[in-house]
Amino acid sequence: MDKPPTLGIGNVLTAAYNFTTDTITIAELEARKLHHDFTELLTRAVQPALWLLIFGEVLAQIRAIPTGQLPYLDFMTPGILAQSVLFIAIFYGIAVIWERDLGILHKMLASPAPRSALVLGKALSASERGLSQAVIIYGLAVLIGVHINWSIVSVLGVLFVVILGSALFSTFSLIIACLVRTRERFMGVGQLLTMPLFFASNAIYPISIMPFWLQAISRGNPLTYEVDALRYLMVIGGTSVYGILVDIAALMVSTAILVLIAARLYPRVI
Amino acid sequence: MSRVQTDLVNVPKVEAKSILETKSLTKRFKTLVAVDQVSMSISQGEMFGLVGPNGAGKTTVLKMLTTLLAPTSGDAWVAGYDIVHHSAQVRGVIGYVPQLLSADGSITAYENLLIFAKLYHIPRRERGKRIHDALSFMGLDEVSDKMVREYSGGMIRRLEIAESMLHRPRVLFLDEPTVGLDPIARKAVWDHIQRLRSDFGTTILLTTHYMEEADELCDRVAIMHLGKIAAIGTPSDLKATVGEGATLDDVFVHYSGYEVDSVGNFRDVSRTRRVAKRLG
Repeated sequence: MDKPPTLGIGNVLTAAYNFTTDTITIAELEARKLHHDFTELLTRAVQPALWLLIFGEVLAQIRAIPTGQLPYLDFMTPGILAQSVLFIAIFYGIAVIWERDLGILHKMLASPAPRSALVLGKALSASERGLSQAVIIYGLAVLIGVHINWSIVSVLGVLFVVILGSALFSTFSLIIACLVRTRERFMGVGQLLTMPLFFASNAIYPISIMPFWLQAISRGNPLTYEVDALRYLMVIGGTSVYGILVDIAALMVSTAILVLIAARLYPRVI
Repeated sequence: MSRVQTDLVNVPKVEAKSILETKSLTKRFKTLVAVDQVSMSISQGEMFGLVGPNGAGKTTVLKMLTTLLAPTSGDAWVAGYDIVHHSAQVRGVIGYVPQLLSADGSITAYENLLIFAKLYHIPRRERGKRIHDALSFMGLDEVSDKMVREYSGGMIRRLEIAESMLHRPRVLFLDEPTVGLDPIARKAVWDHIQRLRSDFGTTILLTTHYMEEADELCDRVAIMHLGKIAAIGTPSDLKATVGEGATLDDVFVHYSGYEVDSVGNFRDVSRTRRVAKRLG
C-alpha cells in the first residue's frame, strides 16, 4: 500500500533519506515542546529519588541481596535508571491517544510521511524524555556516593542504551494505545503492565535468586537486557551476565519488531 | 502556427476531466452504513460542499478520500490516484484540515508550520519564504512567535489552513472549517478560503452543516442524508427545484426529510461541543 511503484537503487536511497528526515522531524516536534515546558521533566525526578534514597538505602543496610563485589546501591542505580525510563515510556502511548482526540494525529496520518517513520519518530520522542532521566539519575547517584564510571565511552554507551530502552517500551505502549484506543482503558492496562515488567527483571535483585518460573519470564523481558547493559556500562566494577553485545542486539531486534507492528496498527487509533 | 500550439498547450486539459471522483463509495461500521454508494465528480478548481446534519456521513467521506479510512466497497480517485492502491501518492497531493483541533498548542505558530514544511519535504531554501508567505496570507505574521494555545479560535483555524496549504496541494479538504466560530471569525475564514482559490486555483472540498456557508462559498453542493447523496447541484439550481424564494435551508429540508429531533446522537453532540469549546 505504501510501497513506491518502482524499485531502483535511487528510489530506495531517496526513500531511506526521506524516512530518516521524517523520523527526525517528529522527534524535533517533541524537542520543541520540551523546550517550551521544561518543568515537566523536573517533576519526573521525584520517583527515582524515592527509590534510591529510601528503598536503596534501607536494602543496602540489611545486605539481604547477593550482588557480588558491587555495593547494593551501585547494583541498584542502573536498575532504577532503567525503571524510570520504563515508567515514562510505558505511558507514552497516552500522548498519541490525546493527539488523536485533538486531531493532530489525523493530519500527521494524512501527510505523505511513512507510518513507520511516524512511529519511530514518536519512539525517539520518548527517548528524549528518557535522556532527561539519565541526567537526573547521574546527579542522584553522585549524591549518594555511587561509584560511577565516567569514561566517555561508558557514558555515551549508557545514553545509547537509554535511547534504545525508551524507544522499545514507548513503541510497546503505542501498540497498546492502538488496541485500547481510550485514555481510561489505557491507564488501566498501563498500570497492569509496569509493575510485572519491573519486578520480573534484574532491576533491583539478580535473576539468580528468583524461583525458576520467574527466571524464565525475566529472561524473556527486554527490561532485563536493558538493565544488564546499563549495569555493565554505568558503574565501576559492573558486570554483564549476557554480554553487552547480546544485550544491545536483543534491544534492537525487539524495537524493530515492535516498530513494524505499531506501524501496521497506527492507523487503527483513528 | 507556433502561437496556436502554445495556446493548445495552455488549455487546461484537466478542466474537462475531474480531479476527484468517487464511484459507489461505501463505508460500513459493523451494522451501520455510514456512507452508502456515494458517487460524485469534482472538477479542477471547483469549490464543492458536502452539506448535511451531524452523522450524515460527511466526515467519513473525507476520511476515506484522505486515506485515513479504507472504504468497505466502491472506488475513488484523487488527482488520478486510487485512494486504496496509491494511498501514499494521494497523501502527497492533498491538504487536510480535520474537524478537530489539529494545531499543536504547546509550540508557536511558526514551529507548527516548520514541522509540516519538513514533513512535506519543502526544500530548505524555500521553506522560510513559504512559511512567511503562508503566515502573512492568513494575517498571522505579527503573532507567529506566540504559543498557539494563546490564539483565538479563528486564528487557530487560519493557522491550520495555512499549514495545509504549505505544499500547494491540488485538492484541499476542509472538514467543518467554521464550526464553533463566532460570526466575525467565520467571515474571516470564508474570506481566506475564497482568496486561496482565487490565488492558487486549489480545488476545495469542504463539509459544513451551515447552509449559508455552502451558499456563500460553494460552486456546487451535495446534500447528504443518512450516508447517501440526496441532491447535487449548484445552490441556485437546487433552490429553483424547490420553488420560488426558497433558501438552501428549505432545499435541505426538502431533500433530506429532516426533522429537528431525528438526527445527531449523544456522541456527535459531545464531539461538536468539545470542538466548539476548544476553538471558542
